[in-house]
Amino acid sequence: MCLAIPGKIVEIIEGQNDVGIVEVTGVRRKVQLGLLSEDMPVRGDWVLIHVGFAMSKISEFDAAEQMRLLSMLGEIDQAIEEVRGYGGDDNISEISVDHQVRSRPN
Amino acid sequence: MRYVDEFRDPELITKTVEEIRRLADAARHYRIMEVCGGHTHAIYRFGLKDILPENIELIHGPGCPVCVLPMGRIDDGLTIAHEPNRIFAAFGDMMRVPGAKGSPLEHKARGSDVRIVYSPADALEIAKKNPNKEVIFFAIGFETTAPSTALTLMSAKKQGIQNFTVFCNHVTIVPAIRAILDSPDMRLDGFIGPGHVSTVIGCRPYEWIAKKEGKPVVTSGFEPLDLLQSIVMLLRQLRASEAKVENQYKRVVPWEGNRAALRVMAEAFELRPYFEWRGLGFISQSALRIRDTYAVWDAERRYSVPETRVADPKSAQCGEVLKGVLKPAQCKLFGKECTPEHPVGALMVSSEGSCAAYYNYEHRKSLVTTISAVA
Amino acid sequence: MSHGAGGKSSRRLVEGLFAPLLLSSGSSERLADAAHIEIGGATVAFTTDSFVVHPLRFPGGSIGELAVNGTVNDLAVSGAKAHSMVVTFVLEEGLASSTLEAEVRAMSDALKRAGVTMVGGDTKVVERGKAEGMYISTAGIGSPIPGVHVDAKTVRPGDKVLLSGPIGDHGITILLARADLDLEADLNSDTRSVLPMIEAMAAQAAPGIRWMRDPTRGGLATSLNELARDCGLSVELNEEEIPVRDEVRGACELLGLDPLHIANEGQFIAIISPEFADMALNAIQLTEGGDEARIIGQIRQEPANTVVVNTRYGGTRIVDMLVGDPLPRIC
Repeated sequence: MCLAIPGKIVEIIEGQNDVGIVEVTGVRRKVQLGLLSEDMPVRGDWVLIHVGFAMSKISEFDAAEQMRLLSMLGEIDQAIEEVRGYGGDDNISEISVDHQVRSRPN
Repeated sequence: MRYVDEFRDPELITKTVEEIRRLADAARHYRIMEVCGGHTHAIYRFGLKDILPENIELIHGPGCPVCVLPMGRIDDGLTIAHEPNRIFAAFGDMMRVPGAKGSPLEHKARGSDVRIVYSPADALEIAKKNPNKEVIFFAIGFETTAPSTALTLMSAKKQGIQNFTVFCNHVTIVPAIRAILDSPDMRLDGFIGPGHVSTVIGCRPYEWIAKKEGKPVVTSGFEPLDLLQSIVMLLRQLRASEAKVENQYKRVVPWEGNRAALRVMAEAFELRPYFEWRGLGFISQSALRIRDTYAVWDAERRYSVPETRVADPKSAQCGEVLKGVLKPAQCKLFGKECTPEHPVGALMVSSEGSCAAYYNYEHRKSLVTTISAVA
Repeated sequence: MSHGAGGKSSRRLVEGLFAPLLLSSGSSERLADAAHIEIGGATVAFTTDSFVVHPLRFPGGSIGELAVNGTVNDLAVSGAKAHSMVVTFVLEEGLASSTLEAEVRAMSDALKRAGVTMVGGDTKVVERGKAEGMYISTAGIGSPIPGVHVDAKTVRPGDKVLLSGPIGDHGITILLARADLDLEADLNSDTRSVLPMIEAMAAQAAPGIRWMRDPTRGGLATSLNELARDCGLSVELNEEEIPVRDEVRGACELLGLDPLHIANEGQFIAIISPEFADMALNAIQLTEGGDEARIIGQIRQEPANTVVVNTRYGGTRIVDMLVGDPLPRIC
């Protein structure tokens, strides 16, 4: 169900429908790209691989965003506490983690 | 390793754990279930239980497709594959799972042609390379794996490869979660939602858990920082008395899921009216079977299937451990009749089953603690 | 039979069947990688090993090389310098003579590098379909390295665990060479004689050497679990210190394997008393091929008979022996 690893597409195989070569720290394997037919990856893209099939493209933006949020941990809540202290705590939760609202650049 | 190592950064982990300690209400005991077997494995592998505060209890859920596979299905698959010109191909996870007449590896030792494959596409390749043999691919997995099997079936059809069939045991995750929540003994505060299943089905299928059952769900990645951040997000919701679905694994999970994957699943599969889950009994609309349009590649239609039913011994308490009602060590057979070397029940069979994970990573530690506490 | 993969099944076979019936002592306690026996006043070390590997040739080596280095290493980790060897070939009928010649040459080269002479042997041919091409068995004899005494019972809490280099190279190379998983990597078997490193270590730190082993089938986890049981103590490893090549790590992540369970053919573990640990490490690092040696952990009192790994962030996990072969997983 669950073992899926990030790998980089290093080659798209000519003439074969939706097949590429993916590399994970020096280990290379054929990967089926058919599940990403709506947004076919190109060389250099990072994908999530499960049983030899690419399941999803990895969003560099979201990964970086997550790192940013994590490194700000503690600071966000401190900010919330401060604002609460001023009595203006309507919709405080919006400041914190609702990143569904953010849109991804394309 | 990129997109892996960053999420194992020790400093950020320490920071996130501090945040968890800050958010967790000392007067409260939190019971959080991680549904997915891969999450169970990660929790043990990274020793996360050691660094979480004592009042956060992680309960292992039923998301282990090997664990919930009834033994009879393994016997059926192996029976079909027993003929001399047949090849049984399956993932490594299946190889030691015992049927009533032995595991696939044991069948191999007795002369059956049993092969480990990493991908269903590799099983199809074996069929292409061995035109005089019939390859039966024993498919297991939740919605993460089903699309790959589906694409492989479509590929077999497209290429006209006749000597390939799939013995389909794909199951779906939502009915398993429903079974947990329907269990009268279950008290849970929230869910660490499946990570990789969600890359296919998205996050919407879990909304009823938040809306109707009032439990927060956070779909989570598998690295330590992913799991810890998910716990932070759950605690924030619980503090604010909220219950909604949130997506922690955004770098990989699209909220709407993967349309192409869902399409190929619908092309090759349909829902069975019911299916037997080991430890949970019969659940309706919980498993996939191959559509009529692909009947030629369906092992259950091409071959006669004995439909073996093997009951687990009554003393095995797999169902209760699966539902999180009992801890592995509380089952009467745990560590005695039932160990990874000679598994009796489903959860000891797969390395990500709760009993096996607990046994392999923790059991002996706790034995020592008990002894030194008594001494 | 999964008994050949090392780990729990092998141990049961040895302890339950071979030892009671075959060994003079009747028990497998004190069974080391080589036996040190006295003949006419002189102590000699004596060992045997057999080699079954598929494919016969793989990046970085071949079955012939394994057969020589394996026996040299068994002697070395028992605290002995290999002197002479005998070999038995079991050949499948129809094996190409060029294949056999290639292995004999490989063995000859390995013997020269190890400074060991082949003094005899035997060959048998079995019918087609048996022996998967070729099985090789070697037996080696050597003399104890002065000052070195290897015994699990001398291990004490506080002793350091020393590892000679990166783990997993051999097992993963073989796995990839079998081609069923369709993975490719620039990786070689680590097969080599570890004697030079052990001799260098002994020259500086012999009194501190408590125990050694070459972690072949079943990997580091199996060898250290055996130690933990034999000495009744705990082996505590620091995950961060254990050297693993990127490619081995990538293959293990992809396949869901643990490098601690993967076979090595050119490494050894040594348990060294704390006073001698740095000297021992230094000596190895200055020897050719020893630059990646590390101290990867220490011996503790508790939890007894157990191998524990400290993760990088304060968590721990227990590592058990293999049950049979390491199998790739998808879940």
